[in-house]
Amino acid sequence: MKFGIVVFPGSWSERDMYYAVSHVLGYQAEYVWHREDKLAGFDAILLPGGFSYGDHLRCGAVAAHSPVMGAIRDFAENGGFVFGSCNGFQILCESGLLPGALIRNDHLEFRCSPGTLRVETSSTPFTSQFSAGDVVSMPISHGEGNYQADDETLATLEASGRIVFRYVDAENRASAEANPNGSRNNIAGITNERGNVLGMMPHPERACESLLGSSDGNPLWQSIAAAVDAGKS
Amino acid sequence: MSAISQELLDEVALSRAEYEAIVDRLDREPNPLEIGLFGALWSEHCGYKHTKALLRTLPNTSDRLLVAPGAENAGVVDIGDGYAVAFKIESHNHPSAVEPYEGAATGVGGIVRDILAMGARPMALMNSLRFGLPDDERQRYLLNGVVSGISGYGNCIGVPNVGGEVVFDPSYAGNPLVNAMCVGIIEDAKIMSASADAPGDLLVLVGAKTGRDGIHGASGLASRTFQEQAEMRSAVQVGNPFLEKVLIEACLEAINLPGVVGMQDCGAAGITSAAVEMAERSELGLNIDVAEVPRRENEMSPYEVMLSESQERMLLAVKPGHEERLFELFERWDLDAAIIGTFEAGNQVIVSDGPRQASSTPVVTLTDAPEYQFNSPKPAWLEELQSFDLTALPDLDITPNEALLKLLASPNIASKHTVWRQYDHQVQNNTVISPGGDAALLRIQGTQRALAISTDGNGRLVYLDPRAGAAIAVAEACRNLSCVGAEPVALTDGLNFGNPETPDIQYQLQESIAGISEAAAAFNIPVVSGNASLYNESAGSAVQPTPIIGALGVLEDVGRHANSGFKDKGDVVVMIGSGTPWDNINGLAGSEALSVFHHEVAGKPALDLDLEIRFQQLCRSLIAKGLVKSAHDISQGGVSLAVVESAIQGNIGATIMHDATIHDWVAALFGESQSRIVITCATTDAEVVLNAASKASVPATRIGTVGGDRVRFADLIDLPLETVGDVWLNSFQTATSG
Repeated sequence: MKFGIVVFPGSWSERDMYYAVSHVLGYQAEYVWHREDKLAGFDAILLPGGFSYGDHLRCGAVAAHSPVMGAIRDFAENGGFVFGSCNGFQILCESGLLPGALIRNDHLEFRCSPGTLRVETSSTPFTSQFSAGDVVSMPISHGEGNYQADDETLATLEASGRIVFRYVDAENRASAEANPNGSRNNIAGITNERGNVLGMMPHPERACESLLGSSDGNPLWQSIAAAVDAGKS
Repeated sequence: MSAISQELLDEVALSRAEYEAIVDRLDREPNPLEIGLFGALWSEHCGYKHTKALLRTLPNTSDRLLVAPGAENAGVVDIGDGYAVAFKIESHNHPSAVEPYEGAATGVGGIVRDILAMGARPMALMNSLRFGLPDDERQRYLLNGVVSGISGYGNCIGVPNVGGEVVFDPSYAGNPLVNAMCVGIIEDAKIMSASADAPGDLLVLVGAKTGRDGIHGASGLASRTFQEQAEMRSAVQVGNPFLEKVLIEACLEAINLPGVVGMQDCGAAGITSAAVEMAERSELGLNIDVAEVPRRENEMSPYEVMLSESQERMLLAVKPGHEERLFELFERWDLDAAIIGTFEAGNQVIVSDGPRQASSTPVVTLTDAPEYQFNSPKPAWLEELQSFDLTALPDLDITPNEALLKLLASPNIASKHTVWRQYDHQVQNNTVISPGGDAALLRIQGTQRALAISTDGNGRLVYLDPRAGAAIAVAEACRNLSCVGAEPVALTDGLNFGNPETPDIQYQLQESIAGISEAAAAFNIPVVSGNASLYNESAGSAVQPTPIIGALGVLEDVGRHANSGFKDKGDVVVMIGSGTPWDNINGLAGSEALSVFHHEVAGKPALDLDLEIRFQQLCRSLIAKGLVKSAHDISQGGVSLAVVESAIQGNIGATIMHDATIHDWVAALFGESQSRIVITCATTDAEVVLNAASKASVPATRIGTVGGDRVRFADLIDLPLETVGDVWLNSFQTATSG
């Protein structure tokens, strides 16, 4: 199992992702420079959080046109697993690999806090090691995580089980209080139609050890590894 | 007598006597470029004219010390396992007063580059902020601008911002304080020096292109009495955190290349200060060609290029022949870089603009700023304030319940969580204790160790007794570390004072530094770095003298740490440092209660350093033995606030009962006498804890029990946890959102 972790100028989660998948869970991982236009030898690609290219124009807009994203698009088209969190989610939306857009938080502030999420489905390659309905804790840290899509897209996402994570409160309700940024339907993470690309605003790589407050992110990497194994056998 | 105009001298903030000294040392009149260079290098900000002599008295030795204070951009201490830590605090007060967002943002950027220059990866930030009272719209504008600036810059560069302080007092209304501390980690003790190795070494500038921004930042904004003027806005720099992030990664790669021998940040006074300091440290001369400096504006004069404070620039010293790989690396990161000079044998700094020589000046003359010594008497007004009769205060016409709620609502006491949540405090995956605890705790990946950091400074206490108040800042910063279980190993100091040319401020300076010195010596830890920001005045009125102490602690086993939230029903609450929960009347000196209830800043604060050292040792050893379930420092708001905060953070109530007589309930509940903390332990451990205290000759007593959903203090206070929680959690937002 080998993860490729993309490094854009201005990314900052790549080291945390590397730490979580490699040091904590023992998988192989390698950084991929944003100018690479070919990907070889990777079982899954991770797009990190941060401010790629300074988030000039719009969050993720410049990164979406980087050479590596062309290679990632091919990788995804061939069924490869692609995961992006935070800025990585924004890049996936900007590049059209995921529907919708992430705009400024409705309260207009950056927000860093523990996030409480409900795992809506365990039938994705990213969540098989969770149980549907699990309530997990993964930190959020973003200024532009307000997920928006038109009604039709939203209905499709809901109907096809593509909403993978939703913000919930202590009583496991997807309430307005639980929504940290104004996202429609409290959406925290979604997949593409094929189910091999996941984007989410929260940071599973920051939920890798109970010493730091939560290890709830680990099943996500383990799920990807399980899906890769299943594909190989 | 020279013919130079007063106007020109004012522009570079040199006194006529200083100008005469320059003429004397050069044996000629300086040319216009040199006047700019001297103005920058002899500024208070770069030259430490009024503090150099005092700063030499601070403790500066330790077995852990790898880079001595003052030798480089920041001191460096050994934390074991081949890791070292560089840390420093710096002010950006005047820029933040003029343009709060960019002032605070570039303050963060500047301190980060100081740490980067040591070869360290920046791993944590903290901020210590002071404003006037938030009932004024301008103060709210400053607060929101500063917090947004810190958030905007810090979040983008991927360095966690793990807390600090936000304090309000009318004395800061015209001149807010914005101090930022950065902590960086160096692996395998590969420490960089801001110097060249030998004649012929190349001086490389990398990062942002140079513009006209920030000219006279050091001499103008930072080094003279500040009158708020819209036209000063051009002296504030504009930050680009994206570029800073790229610069961090590129420079941390660059120092591993062969031939890269030195690194230095461009901060106040830009290339002038950075390059001349490098030459001085290398004991070499330096030729700089400003024509080689990449610019973002046309037709800049040598003066403008040399004094520009454009942000996000670093200087490197590189052995000739090794520049090619360095330039390849910078190109990979899309960074502009250029060779702008060469180190030479000798002692001249020669600035040229292409073929034309603009100045040639001896290095030592430039860097040897004058040093002013003083020994000013205690002002009479201070004597009067100190002898204020606290026993003669009128009785309050509110109940203890109401008093507690009123104090909880004070923006100085209410939770700052609405500020902290705007800062990314988790990136880098090390944050064990987040903002809001006594100290932040960051583990060191790959080891069992953790670093604890804290910033502290109580201007009121320093105002009332500069020596005791400054010693208290050291004691409290260290106490915060001890409360999480970490041993203090080093300090950094941010000195924020008024105009040092006046005797009262001189007294505050000399006494405060003596207080820091005494306390640091008692803890046996060095002051490894620091910053002096003087002339913090507006309309003739100085800020409260505010030395901010940043403290660094090491925890050997991160698994054995404490935080401040109460844990389990039935746990015993123990007061350490006193035989009673109830403070005495002297605890009201300079307290928040005295200010909130009586609108007074008066009394004489006191500190027993021997007790402080003993009781912190005890606290750490109890935590190391796993006996402590929570620990919380008693500071502003007294014992009642410490208990309420622990209860809210642990989401469980507590009852404080003790048979000691209560003479004055305001002092008993809200007094801020030093050297006290509240810990909790399991019932079965209570005797062990009390015995350990007795053995260590530290007063300690059982004062109550954890449990329920109310907070109770004797027969004085009885309130639902939900009520105190609401007030404590929401009042800051209410008070600061207009």
